[in-house]
Amino acid sequence: MNIIVCIKEIPDPEATIDSFRLDQENKALVSSSKVLRVVNPFDEQAVEAALRIKDKTGAKVTVLSLGNNLDRVVVKKPLHMGADELILLEDGAFVGGDSWSTAHALAAAIRKIGEYDLILCGRQAADTNAGQTGMGISEFLGLPCVTVARKIDITGNTATVERVINNGYETVEVALPTVITVSNELGQARYPSIKNIAKSNSIKPVIWQPSDIGLKPEACGMLARRIRTASLYLPVFEATCEVVVGETIQEAAQNLAVRLRLERIL
Amino acid sequence: MTDDRHVMIYGELTEGGLASITKELLSGGEKLADNLGEELHVLFVGDGITERAREALAFGANKVYVTHDTRLGRYEGDCYVAFLAWAVEKLRPRILLFGNTDVGADLGPRLGFRLNRAVTTDCVALEVEQKTKTLLRTKPVYGGLAMAVLTSEGFPQITTVRPKSMSPAERTGSADGETVPVDVSLIAISPRVKVRDRLTEEAKGVRLEDAEIIVSGGRGMGGSEGFKELEKVGKLLNGAVGGSRVAVDNGWIPTSHQIGLTGTIVAPRVYIAVGISGASQHMTGCARSQRIIAINKDAAAPIFKQAHFGVVGDWKAVLPAFVEKLKELG
Repeated sequence: MNIIVCIKEIPDPEATIDSFRLDQENKALVSSSKVLRVVNPFDEQAVEAALRIKDKTGAKVTVLSLGNNLDRVVVKKPLHMGADELILLEDGAFVGGDSWSTAHALAAAIRKIGEYDLILCGRQAADTNAGQTGMGISEFLGLPCVTVARKIDITGNTATVERVINNGYETVEVALPTVITVSNELGQARYPSIKNIAKSNSIKPVIWQPSDIGLKPEACGMLARRIRTASLYLPVFEATCEVVVGETIQEAAQNLAVRLRLERIL
Repeated sequence: MTDDRHVMIYGELTEGGLASITKELLSGGEKLADNLGEELHVLFVGDGITERAREALAFGANKVYVTHDTRLGRYEGDCYVAFLAWAVEKLRPRILLFGNTDVGADLGPRLGFRLNRAVTTDCVALEVEQKTKTLLRTKPVYGGLAMAVLTSEGFPQITTVRPKSMSPAERTGSADGETVPVDVSLIAISPRVKVRDRLTEEAKGVRLEDAEIIVSGGRGMGGSEGFKELEKVGKLLNGAVGGSRVAVDNGWIPTSHQIGLTGTIVAPRVYIAVGISGASQHMTGCARSQRIIAINKDAAAPIFKQAHFGVVGDWKAVLPAFVEKLKELG
C-alpha cells in the first residue's frame, strides 16, 4: 500500500504579532528570523495518520511538499517520525501560490508518482487557513475526498473514516484510492525517534522543478494564482482595557465583580 | 453583459428551522443584492424540507429553491457537489455564499474546483466592487494577525463566510416571494462515499454556540484542577466553559470545548478569559464577543489589548474572591 502525505512549511502559528512585519509592496506578512519554521500542525497529524496505517499494514509513506528554499530540518521531520520518502517541489516558480495553484502542482506531482492508494493532507494550513488544498487535489485527480477525519481504518480496498461534524462525528466508507484530510481530533502526532532519525540520514529528498511534473513555470505559484490580494492590513483593536485594581489581588477581583454588576455585564 | 445574476445562499436547516448561519448570510446577502440591484435567492438541498425552507422568505429572500429527493436526504459531500454543480450551471448566480460550517467548508471549495472557479473561505466581510460587480472578501490570515482583502475573476463568485461574522437577519412581516421546487430526478448521482453512521454528542450543560456567557481557560490554568474552578464559575453565571488549544492538547478539557481557529468560533455577550495569553489562534475564536474580561497574571499578555475589563493576578487568588463577591451581590 502506498500513502502520499502533503505537508506545508509555515511560520509557527503560536507566534505573536510583534514578530511579524507587514510588507505592503508584496502584500505579505513577513516573519522575523526569531519565528520558527514548523510543519503545519494539521499536516503533522496527517503524517501521524499515515504512520498509524503503516504500523498496521506496513504501507510505504511518501511525503510531498512544495515551496522554495525549504528548511530541511522542517521538511525532514516526517522522515524522523517514520515516513519513507521525501519529494520536494522546490523552485522559485512555486512561491506565492494560492489553493488553486498549490493543489494543481501537487496533483501533477502525485500523477507523476503514479502509484498511490491514499493521499492525506491536513484539513487546513494554520497560516492561510484556507482549507482547500486536499479537496483541490481530489478534484484534479478525479478522486473522492473525505474531509476532517479523526480516525482512519483501512480494510482491503476500503477506508472507513470517522469525520468530524457539528456536535459529533459520522462514519463513512470510501474505496481506495481516495483523498482524506485530517483534523486535530486525530490526536497527538508522534515524536521523532532516534531510530528513525538515524535511518532517515540516508534518505535524500527528491527535488522536482515545474518541468519535472509537466508544468510550465507560469502555470505555478504566483503566476497561476486565481485569488488576488487587493490589500493586506493589520487589524486595529478598538477595545481599551479597563484594568481593575485593588490593595490586594483579592480586592481587585472583588472590585471587578462590583464593576461588572454596575455595568450590568454580569 | 453577463447572464450570471443575483445573490444565492446555500441554505442550512436545523430541526427547528433556519440555521443561524443562514440567517446571517441572509442579512449579509441582502446588502450585496441591494448594492447590485439584484435579487436574493436561497437554495436548500434535501428531502421533505420545503416547509422549513420556505421560512427564508420571511427573512428577506426573494426566492427559495428547494429539492425534494430521497438521494439528497442527508448531507454527503460527493453527492451534494454533483448536484450543486448541475444546479449552479442551470441557475447561474452571480454570487454564491456558503457558511464556513462543517457542511459549507466541505462543499464550497469542492464545488469551486469542479466548476473551475476559485473559492475564498472563512471570510468575515463582503462588499461589491462596483465596476466589475465582483466580491471584495475580507478574510483573517495568519490566525487573525492580519486581514486580507481578496478578489477573483469569473462567475459565480464563490465564498464561505465565517459563522457569527454577520448579524442575523430579522423576521420581517411579509413573506412575499416564491418557492421553486428543483426537480433533480433526472440527474444521475452515484456517490463514491457512503455514510454508515452519524453520531451527535449532546454537550452537557449550555452549548458553547448558544451560551450568553463563556468562561474559558488557557495555559495559565496549569491543569484540569483549574477547570473544575471554571466549571463553578460557569454554573454560577449559567454559562458554558471553554478552553484554548493548549488546554485541550493537555487534556484539561475535551476537544469539543475548544475555542479558536481550530475549535468553535463563539460570539457571546460576555467572554471571561482566564489564564489565556491571547495567541491569535485563540482570539480568532472569541474576538467577536461583546465584552471580553481577562484574568491573567502577566500584565503584558496580549489578551489585555483586546479585553474590555481585566484583573492582573493569578486566577487562584482572583477567581474565589470574584465568585464570592458575585454571590454576595446576588
